Amino acid sequence: MKFLAVIFALGLLSAPVGAVEPSEILKDPLLEKRARSISKGLRCVVCQNQSIDDSDAPLARDLRVLVRDRIVAGDSDQAVIDYVVSRYGDFVLLRPPVKAVTLVLWFGPIVIALIGVFGIILFFRRQKKYAAQLEKETKA
Amino acid sequence: MNRFAYYTPLVLLGVLAVYFAAGLGRDSQTLQSVLINQKVPEFSLQPIEGATKGLSSADLKNQVVLVNIFGSWCDSCRIEHPFLMELKEKNIVPVYGIDWREVNRQAGPRWLKKFGSPYTLIGDDPKSRGAIAFGVTGAPETFFVDKQGVIRYKHMGPITEQNWNDTLKPILDELRKQ
Repeated sequence: MKFLAVIFALGLLSAPVGAVEPSEILKDPLLEKRARSISKGLRCVVCQNQSIDDSDAPLARDLRVLVRDRIVAGDSDQAVIDYVVSRYGDFVLLRPPVKAVTLVLWFGPIVIALIGVFGIILFFRRQKKYAAQLEKETKA
Repeated sequence: MNRFAYYTPLVLLGVLAVYFAAGLGRDSQTLQSVLINQKVPEFSLQPIEGATKGLSSADLKNQVVLVNIFGSWCDSCRIEHPFLMELKEKNIVPVYGIDWREVNRQAGPRWLKKFGSPYTLIGDDPKSRGAIAFGVTGAPETFFVDKQGVIRYKHMGPITEQNWNDTLKPILDELRKQ
């Protein structure tokens, strides 16, 4: 049992490492933390459903290094993200931004749910009305 | 009104079916580049081994040119290579090369020595800086850059005689007129 617990603990340790190679890691832990958080939000354009932080693809690796180089050069997080977006488009953002063309994506589900709720309310109201009417008729 | 209401789910289903059917035919791997009609992002690449001049964004001006991303490791690049040689030999359009992610400094030059170089200038791109400037996702990719240094078209995959004649040549002619 103890053995299993150790194995489990080791597994927990290894989980958050991603695909970042030791040689890529910045010396300043604060900058490295920023780089990791930016990388997690950027899509690997070769494998598409992984972030560059997770991907082993060579291009993902080069993008990770680029992110770090720009951070070291003094760019803000947003400037680094904008730099990548200006070349690959919003598509590289794993979390799509809220703007005119993505409104349907963000709020479509809520609108559809509201229509459903409205429909259900309408249905029960009508049933009530119908029952009341039926009652009246049978009394009469 | 009531009677029509019964058909709404069916109508909605129909709309969704059409939408998804259209989506089936789309290749999610090909991405529309955001760089079309944008100035070539600034980049500067070292020469490959044995060459004296590399490639930078400043070189892509005053004439319509192609920028081709290639690598000696890339099989499709080998396939399109003879056609690029033809473009050069017949003086159809200057082609600039970005030698992307070679395993070592010798691999690219060796490949070009063996098969011939169709490129006016070549930039060595071991860290993908040139490739990322162009928003490249794979090789080969070819960009049309106009006289103002603006990216006007992106072609993914090898250039062949057929897609050249059908699509790319007309685009070149159009850009030259402007």
